[in-house]
Amino acid sequence: MSLLNASIRDLHTKIQTKEIKPSELVSASLERISATDERVKAFLSVHGDEALARAKQLDDVPADAGLLYGIPGALKDNMSTKGLPTTCASKILANYKSAYDATVVTKLNDLGAVTVGKTNMDEFAMGSSGENSGFFPTHNPWDLTRVPGGSSSGSAASVAAGQVLFSLGSDTGGSIRQPASYCGVVGLKPTYGLVSRFGLVAYASSLDQIGPFTQTVEDNAIVLQAIAGHDKLDSTSANLAIPDYLAALTGDIKGLRIGLPKEYFGEGMDAGVREQIADVIKTLERLGATVGEVSLPNSKYALASYYLLAPAEASSNLARFDGVRYGLRVEGENLIDMYKRTRAEGFGEEVQRRIMLGTYALSSGYYDAYYLRAQKVRTLIKQDFDQVFENYDVILSPTAPTTAFELGKKSDDPVTMYLNDIYTIPVNLAGIPAISVPCGLSNGLPVGVQFIGKAFDESTLLRVAHAFEQAKSFTARANL
Amino acid sequence: MTTASKAKYETIIGLEVHVEMNTRSKIFCGCSAEFGVPPNTNVCPICLGHPGVLPVLNREVLNKAMKASLALNCTITQDSKFDRKNYFYPDSPDAYQISQFDKPIGQHGWVEIEVDGYTKRIGVNRVHMEEDAGKSTHAEDGSSTLVDFNRAGVPLIEIVSEPDIRTPNEAKAYLEKLKAIMQYCEISDCKMEEGSLRCDANISLRPWGREKFGTKRELKNMNSFTNVKKALEFEQQAQEALIDSGTEIQQATLRWDDAASKTVVMRSKEDAHDYRYFTEPDLVQLEIDDAWIASVRATIPELPAERKARYISEFSLPSHDVEVLTASKRVAEFFEASVATGADAKTVSNWIMGDVLGYLNSNNLEITDVPVKPEQLGAMIKMIEEGQISNKIAKDVFKDMLQTGKDPQAIVAEKGLVQISDEGELLKIIGEVIANNPKSVEDYKAGKERALGALVGQVMKATKGKGNPGLVNKLILESLNA
Amino acid sequence: MSITVKDVEHIANLSRLILSDEQKVKMADSLGKILNFANELQELDVENVAPTTHSMPLKNVLREDEASTWLTQHEALSHAPDQESGQFKVPAVMEG
Ligand SMILES: [Mg+2]
Ligand SMILES: [Zn+2]
Repeated sequence: MSLLNASIRDLHTKIQTKEIKPSELVSASLERISATDERVKAFLSVHGDEALARAKQLDDVPADAGLLYGIPGALKDNMSTKGLPTTCASKILANYKSAYDATVVTKLNDLGAVTVGKTNMDEFAMGSSGENSGFFPTHNPWDLTRVPGGSSSGSAASVAAGQVLFSLGSDTGGSIRQPASYCGVVGLKPTYGLVSRFGLVAYASSLDQIGPFTQTVEDNAIVLQAIAGHDKLDSTSANLAIPDYLAALTGDIKGLRIGLPKEYFGEGMDAGVREQIADVIKTLERLGATVGEVSLPNSKYALASYYLLAPAEASSNLARFDGVRYGLRVEGENLIDMYKRTRAEGFGEEVQRRIMLGTYALSSGYYDAYYLRAQKVRTLIKQDFDQVFENYDVILSPTAPTTAFELGKKSDDPVTMYLNDIYTIPVNLAGIPAISVPCGLSNGLPVGVQFIGKAFDESTLLRVAHAFEQAKSFTARANL
Repeated sequence: MTTASKAKYETIIGLEVHVEMNTRSKIFCGCSAEFGVPPNTNVCPICLGHPGVLPVLNREVLNKAMKASLALNCTITQDSKFDRKNYFYPDSPDAYQISQFDKPIGQHGWVEIEVDGYTKRIGVNRVHMEEDAGKSTHAEDGSSTLVDFNRAGVPLIEIVSEPDIRTPNEAKAYLEKLKAIMQYCEISDCKMEEGSLRCDANISLRPWGREKFGTKRELKNMNSFTNVKKALEFEQQAQEALIDSGTEIQQATLRWDDAASKTVVMRSKEDAHDYRYFTEPDLVQLEIDDAWIASVRATIPELPAERKARYISEFSLPSHDVEVLTASKRVAEFFEASVATGADAKTVSNWIMGDVLGYLNSNNLEITDVPVKPEQLGAMIKMIEEGQISNKIAKDVFKDMLQTGKDPQAIVAEKGLVQISDEGELLKIIGEVIANNPKSVEDYKAGKERALGALVGQVMKATKGKGNPGLVNKLILESLNA
Repeated sequence: MSITVKDVEHIANLSRLILSDEQKVKMADSLGKILNFANELQELDVENVAPTTHSMPLKNVLREDEASTWLTQHEALSHAPDQESGQFKVPAVMEG
């Protein structure tokens, strides 16, 4: 337990000085998982034997071992891992094993990181609570009766429960930041194109982005450094030099200009959340940042735009699950019947709803009114951010309007559920980066603050998040 | 429009042609695009549509598509992009085809055809890039379908004509011209039997003089240019009969049943697709500048039309000969190489149009499939010109050459086919023939010219066809008139 | 925006899904709610706004035309629910 609450840098030093072996660290992770995961249910599959075997191979530590060498982590179960299951928490892929490794997986492996298992999620990353898993819901380590948030529910919970030092999630409309907020961990959604999507099972291709969950901002920078970079297998991957993210963690944010979008501070925000955010602002001002009110007038249309665009792309992305080449097949009277039975039985209710919604938005006669219009609104939302960033370095908002809610409480009304993502979705539509950092507790539950940055300016986000983290020193941990 | 004007109605035909490009690898993954390997061996997670894979465009596909567009006189769309065409079918691995919808790579081109004694421009509406699907084989008992994904992801260009075609003959000529252009540009071998060229046709009829098009029907599954023509002719008559009987034509998709020589309805309009096109988010925008276009244009070789003009001026050949010779780049190259040996161009042309193409067509072969070399044809023609062999003998010699690839001199020597041009030897035979055919001699002297032919025939028979025909003629006349 | 059960049936068919009668009613209701919510987009004037399909403006990402092999036939078919003679086997395709 204590071992896994250390920072990656401290563990790295211990590995280098041979104070601990990678295999010991991985064993500690596996033990922690077996001690806690019956309650948390963060993992869909734990690959203990494989992870230990690999860790043992790493025990002879080379002198130039990187920071992630021998560090145990976890992957959201929508990232391909060769020969291991990649289910997307869907029955349709229950028995599927990937034929290849995702680029992020290759990168982590090359650096000597050890992934111990694949984490639970809302099926195909569609959801904000973790309750839409096709197998079982994940529980919030802070309060097991509550949701961890979603869709990267297991990735957030596994880090919050101290099971692994880091995990990767994917964020299409807030799926890293919102569960990070609910689980009291740091979660970063990088700029679209910074991290390769090759091997990430697509939900909405133009919005999906992989990012890290960690206990601290520094750990987050370490993992981001490992997974960022150009990939020729992903046409949408940016071909840019990657900065040294650790070098950005100076603790100095004097003169940093922070914008507070007035539209984000209206109704719907919990009082406890509001209080914590007000405190964050005070802390940042004390550190020398300047804070000003800004306007993102079209952000109020982001949710509506997102819930047309993402399902439209999803309806096409998920069409390949047809029982022909892999995955579930439910036999039928003929081919079309086989398709329909397979998909009706394989996909859960929310996935079916979004496929239907997306199909509708793209269908003949509705394309202009829904899909095309939503894309135009996306342009307006993006322009709002561009304008604010002419005068500001980062934008600050809560990550989510509330803290973690009770399991089973909101599942029935999709629109109410979608409102959880009100502060995170505009960021995905604009393609820009944002980070959620724990900033305090409200009624014993973590609250997250979101910093939104300019495209490819993760350094500034990490800098402000780190400076805040050092000043506020949120050291509380889920008590399991 | 000689044939069309006799018809009751004007026929409107538009063709959609899919051409498989001959790149090394597939359009969006690194699998080989080779034809004819065991099933599912040229496949990878990308072209099998596994979860999480992404496409990356093959540069050569874009360059070849631009080359094809320019060769078809199209304007290049400088802000082109890809779209998804969504439909479920077991041979479509992603359940969508990556294609181009509103920004095809080439637009507004044309092709010039020569048919039934007139030339005409057929508009090319668009040229777009897309990926091929896999190949489904349906069990004969209808119980199941087997799918091979080797072809999935092989690059295609789809060439859509304007509805400018008015007769099945024009349609066939247009296809032949497209094929020639694609072959000249080395974009595809365009083998319909291997599926590297596929053609769908839209056909409708309207009363002469009416502007509005009639309801069109779509024809599929025609696996040769001849079948395209046959299917269009059949459909032309079928629609005419329907209109005449007062039946309204219903929009439908039909397939050509070659065995039964008729079209069969596949599906009616009611189950028309809703493809839900949208911009492919996994591929980025194309931005093609003028310099890029110019560099592709520079790779376009002499095209059939230019070559045609050159042959007419350089070899003074009739237009029809040139149309036939330039229809295939390889045939044209064969012709030029033969002429380069010094043989007479028109004679070479006659041999190619007659004996060479006749042999190739009846055996369904390409000129590169036969062992005979153009230099050998030239050498043989020179043997004729020099009187070493007769035209008649040459026909047999050439048949041998086509099959064995042997030099004409060797064949002639081997089979003892050298022409007899020795006057003494011929006079001896002629003397015998005249002595043995008094009736014919009598007839000739009585003014029956035909009798001369009989005597010549007898001499040729006695020489086993080797007598120099000109000399035989001359010597018989001299002997008879002596 | 109201979505009828008939609409749901049509979209379900396009999506290759089958729903029970009960599910159809529920789906019609929830789709209607979401589309109603989405209707707020209609109040914006987007006449002269270009659509955003990609948030980052990358151009001309191309790979070289090089062929390589990745999977064997056996590996390709190892995930298949059904196979025969080196091919993926599916129920008969009904014409249409
Ligand atoms: Mg096509
Ligand atoms: Zn492939």
